[in-house]
Amino acid sequence: MKNVRPKADVAIVGLGWCGSLIAEELSRAGLNVVAIERGPWFETSTDFPPSVDTDELRWDTRRSMLLPPAVETTTFRNNITQTALPSREWNLNELGYNVGGSGTHWAGMAWRFTPFDFEPYSQTIKRYGKSQIAKGVILQDWGITYDELEPFYDRFEKIAGVSGKAGKLKGKIIPDGNPFEGNRSSEYPLPPLESMRLTDIFTEGAKKIGLHPFMVPAGQASRAYVNPLGVRMGPCTYCGYCLYYGCGNFSKSSPNACVIPALMQRENFTVLTDSAVVRVNTADDGKTATGVTYLDKNKKEWVQPADIVILSAFQLQNVRLLLLSKIGIPYNAVTKTGVVGRAYSFQTVSGAALYFRNENLNQFIGAGALSSQVDDWNGDNFDHTGLGFIGGAGILVVARGARPIGNADSLPPGTPRWGKDWKKAYTHAFQNATFIFGQGTSFSHEDYYLDLDPEYKDDNGNPLLRVTFDYNDNDRRSAKFIEEKSVEIGKSMGAEQVIGTNSASGSYSPYNFASDHTIGGAVMGTHPETSVVNRYQQCWDVHNLFVLGASSFPNNAGYNPTGTIGALSLWTAKAIIEQYLKNPGPLVKV
Amino acid sequence: MKRREFLTSITALSVASTIPNMSQAEVVNGGQPWVPGNVKTPLAPPRKGGLQYLTQHEFDTVGAIAERFIPADETSLSGKDAGCAIFIDRQLAGDYGNAVAIYRLGRFVKGTPEQGPQSPLTPAQRYRLGIAALDKAMQLQYGKQFLSLSSELQDQVLSEMEKDALNLGEDVETRVLFELLLQNVREGFLSDPIYGGNKDMTSWKMIGFPGARYDFRDLLPKKGLKLNIIPTSLIDNTL
Amino acid sequence: MNGDTSADDVANNKVLTRQLPTAADAAAIERGKYVAIASDCTACHTMTESKLSLAGGYLISTPFGGIYSSNITPDVETGIGNWTERDFFRAVRHGKGKQGENLYPAMPYNAYVKLTDEDMHDLWMYMRSVKPIHHQVPETDLGFPFNIRLIMMGWNLLFFRNDSFQMDLSKSAEWNRGAYLVEGPEHCAVCHTPKNIIGGDSSKYLQGSNPGEWHAPDITPDPYTGIGLWSEQQVIDYLKLGSNHVAVASGPMAEAVTNSTQHLTDTDLKAIAVYLKQVPASKTIRPPSIAPDTAQMKIGENVYSANCTACHNSDGKGIPNLAASLAGNPGLMADDASSIITTILQGGRGAVTVGNPTSAAMPSFAWKLSDEQAAAAATYLRNSWGNAAGAVSADEVARARAELKLPAQMAGQ
Repeated sequence: MKNVRPKADVAIVGLGWCGSLIAEELSRAGLNVVAIERGPWFETSTDFPPSVDTDELRWDTRRSMLLPPAVETTTFRNNITQTALPSREWNLNELGYNVGGSGTHWAGMAWRFTPFDFEPYSQTIKRYGKSQIAKGVILQDWGITYDELEPFYDRFEKIAGVSGKAGKLKGKIIPDGNPFEGNRSSEYPLPPLESMRLTDIFTEGAKKIGLHPFMVPAGQASRAYVNPLGVRMGPCTYCGYCLYYGCGNFSKSSPNACVIPALMQRENFTVLTDSAVVRVNTADDGKTATGVTYLDKNKKEWVQPADIVILSAFQLQNVRLLLLSKIGIPYNAVTKTGVVGRAYSFQTVSGAALYFRNENLNQFIGAGALSSQVDDWNGDNFDHTGLGFIGGAGILVVARGARPIGNADSLPPGTPRWGKDWKKAYTHAFQNATFIFGQGTSFSHEDYYLDLDPEYKDDNGNPLLRVTFDYNDNDRRSAKFIEEKSVEIGKSMGAEQVIGTNSASGSYSPYNFASDHTIGGAVMGTHPETSVVNRYQQCWDVHNLFVLGASSFPNNAGYNPTGTIGALSLWTAKAIIEQYLKNPGPLVKV
Repeated sequence: MKRREFLTSITALSVASTIPNMSQAEVVNGGQPWVPGNVKTPLAPPRKGGLQYLTQHEFDTVGAIAERFIPADETSLSGKDAGCAIFIDRQLAGDYGNAVAIYRLGRFVKGTPEQGPQSPLTPAQRYRLGIAALDKAMQLQYGKQFLSLSSELQDQVLSEMEKDALNLGEDVETRVLFELLLQNVREGFLSDPIYGGNKDMTSWKMIGFPGARYDFRDLLPKKGLKLNIIPTSLIDNTL
Repeated sequence: MNGDTSADDVANNKVLTRQLPTAADAAAIERGKYVAIASDCTACHTMTESKLSLAGGYLISTPFGGIYSSNITPDVETGIGNWTERDFFRAVRHGKGKQGENLYPAMPYNAYVKLTDEDMHDLWMYMRSVKPIHHQVPETDLGFPFNIRLIMMGWNLLFFRNDSFQMDLSKSAEWNRGAYLVEGPEHCAVCHTPKNIIGGDSSKYLQGSNPGEWHAPDITPDPYTGIGLWSEQQVIDYLKLGSNHVAVASGPMAEAVTNSTQHLTDTDLKAIAVYLKQVPASKTIRPPSIAPDTAQMKIGENVYSANCTACHNSDGKGIPNLAASLAGNPGLMADDASSIITTILQGGRGAVTVGNPTSAAMPSFAWKLSDEQAAAAATYLRNSWGNAAGAVSADEVARARAELKLPAQMAGQ
């Protein structure tokens, strides 16, 4: 017997940043919106107040807030000659499992991408020529420009309460900001966070060698703040419990702190929690979606019919649901045809480990995005002629809080890992060990992709998503370059020991926690042969289906993705309200 | 449109209730659910004393290992006295020990190093098998169990395990066991005392970690200086 | 009790509540809805977490036992569909049931007796327009309520004074409007005026009282425990937004703000502020502040510093409209410390209003703090940053913990 809920105007799969931002827009426009979230309801004072937040074992070491692999994981192999096996333990795919999604546990780095990042193909051809593109690398323009997205970045920053300092405001370069950023129409809504000892040392060291350091835009409110939705945030107290933790005093930007309080006041918005969507349902001709099928807390199957379906379930889940729903043509890595699962990328990370002699870094005082960065070697901000690669990295240090358990191996090479000498070394390292993080661009490649695993399933019997991925030649070269630049900065910072690190020198592994930014697979583009969604994140094949998230990025920039994900969600919301509702159908003709 | 609907629609712009509809537990509409007195506290520690999973011998062996990993000196209690074995016993009895969060479906096939762990063994099982195998190997080599060896010899054995140079039989991956022990001992040493270890916040005092504090704004002007903050823990009656 | 209901004879005794109003009644219904909001009927007549608006079934605890609120929708079988307007008047203003029986005095008749005939008529028109809901309210009392709304816990018997509202012609129209709202529909005295030994209002009008495990503070213009240092605008902010420069409405007052006062017109809110600021001040005596170096104050300071400053600040000033200021917070310094004890143990959510949807709440600390620590913290708050009030004892905290059915401090390993 079928359990069918009353029809909604919009069904949203996953109530994280994308889901809550678009739910707020569409419910405010008068639509009847139902969001379906796999995880439970989360409330700041109940689930992560300051009194339970201060617990590294629970939240960080044991990842209590994250989606457990037991509920769902991916299978993995480096290339198609291998058999993919499940990533059984906690790994770098860090999904949320709650109302708020990964937006509840994120570190808070709230970036905009640069103009280059949206048009990497035409800009590379123009500046360097086709030969600059390594064999097999997928390089394509997004179909949207930075300038078009700028007002939506602005709105996202204001809703989120981002703290930062503009570097390029209305065409003028502002000192102490990022001179390489895309042009901004307004300042950040809040001033930057206070600089720590570590960020001071970095800023000095970077300036000494002619670079342009600036404070990273942070999703931590530097002051008490009221956002455009009337929701209030408190000031960050630099507690250091950010990444993997919920914020207990309303100071970290999150769907919970910034959007949900306003959203939940609307009678025309409902969220079904503890409900896992397993399929997007389509009409017999496959041209429209009719709603979604989900399993409730008791694994009973339900249908939520809707006129519009939005997938905002995190990059990996978006791609998996498209494949499980048989929407779009799956990518075939042998024939190099198809689009769903194609253009998968990550984050290319290299840098340096630093060991100071006699510092008091006090890294337990910090915030997830309390960071100083240089963009001189990021994106296309420097001349790549003769270097043999495109892209680069934002190079930064971050005073993100100290993790007594997590940092126990952050020791100079050769240091014993246990015993009396370890105690001594760790006590010293706790105040003197840190790292430079080169968060680099990542370009997708025709050999690497996502599809459904032929063997392994979740506990509902649905195939897991299979990840076939390794670093490509372009990204290996850029990683090496950035490692060298990081070492330079580290030496200029006066660290006693500076040791280059490079996660792209060997093979990629989900257990090498270089980054948790998993990107692409349902990318946007100008043509259905090279993309799954158009520039409005509208599915080419199913016009009432919109797919929001980092799954839309055909390439990853040298930045964290959340700001761009948020801006794109608002951009899509506007397209739905102003264009789609008036004339349902494909918004881009090709 | 029926008359009553017309009339009620005059008053249709209803007062937004902040009491959300929780009649079906997982349908949330009309406000954010909140119940006073409701906090997702850390798991309540069980009764003091007694063992939840380890046998007394296993417990003592783990304590001895903890003491080698973290010996006592002027900077802190030993790993044993700090309660690492108590911590480990409690962890192994719970979700962590039973690998509740781990994906354990499908065939277990050994893969590339990049593909990570592919074993059906839970941490609790690894301890049981591992300590038994360790004692067996020690009995064979030295005629005694690990617990009865001298500290120097214990250190030597642990170093061999670290280098994966000690064969503990088919069922035990020595290197994995070593890393598990080291990780869990560190967790017991450095986690909040509510979990059974880090007695009197001994590790936090050693490294200078302030513990369960949430507001450092008043200390921001003191960057780069030694702060000497007295640590506090989740439950701290010494405040 | 004064049983004379002749003042209600002005109401029609023929038309039944179940009869549909006509289009011509639209204006009266709109006015009546406002009266219902100002009188906060929903607080008792709608079950918590229910969409069954005004259909009763809310369990109110009184010294007589648990009383279920009645279904006041126009449903014929289970509601007041067969009541006339006069029946309605008699019930609301004089506590009489349809057969003339005394209704249990859980309804604040003492206040609602002041509702004017016009407001009562409009209110009745509104009641005729709400959706009839078939909802049989239980007859029997099932014992102590397990519910969220605390406004009626530990109710005291009312002393009923059968007086209609009298205007004071020596005062402004604005003052009179404020007096009417406070004494009538909003029935503030029910919580804020201390009761005498037989449960009637004492003469200490609006000087603070305890409806259950909360203390409803002094709202006279006393500068120490009352609103004497607040401007009219700050009073209005509190009632409209749910918070002002210092205080955040929580506990039962949060519900009153959310359901009632936030929806009053700005003119009405100003009238209330004007009236309250002219009520006789309580003249509460301010004790000397407890010195910071006593053992209890030192513990309190450490507890506060480790647990509270992330929201309430090391200077006690909180976050405007998010976390109450403890410094200079008059309700905090009431002699009766019930509210702060309850809040520390149980947590508390600030009023959710249209102007402030944030729904920020303070977490429960029962599991984390011992009775001694909670008492020390409460004492510290009440005597720091220029505050002064009596110390709180560990015994008081223990009693509150038991009444609130909250756990003891979590034991260590």
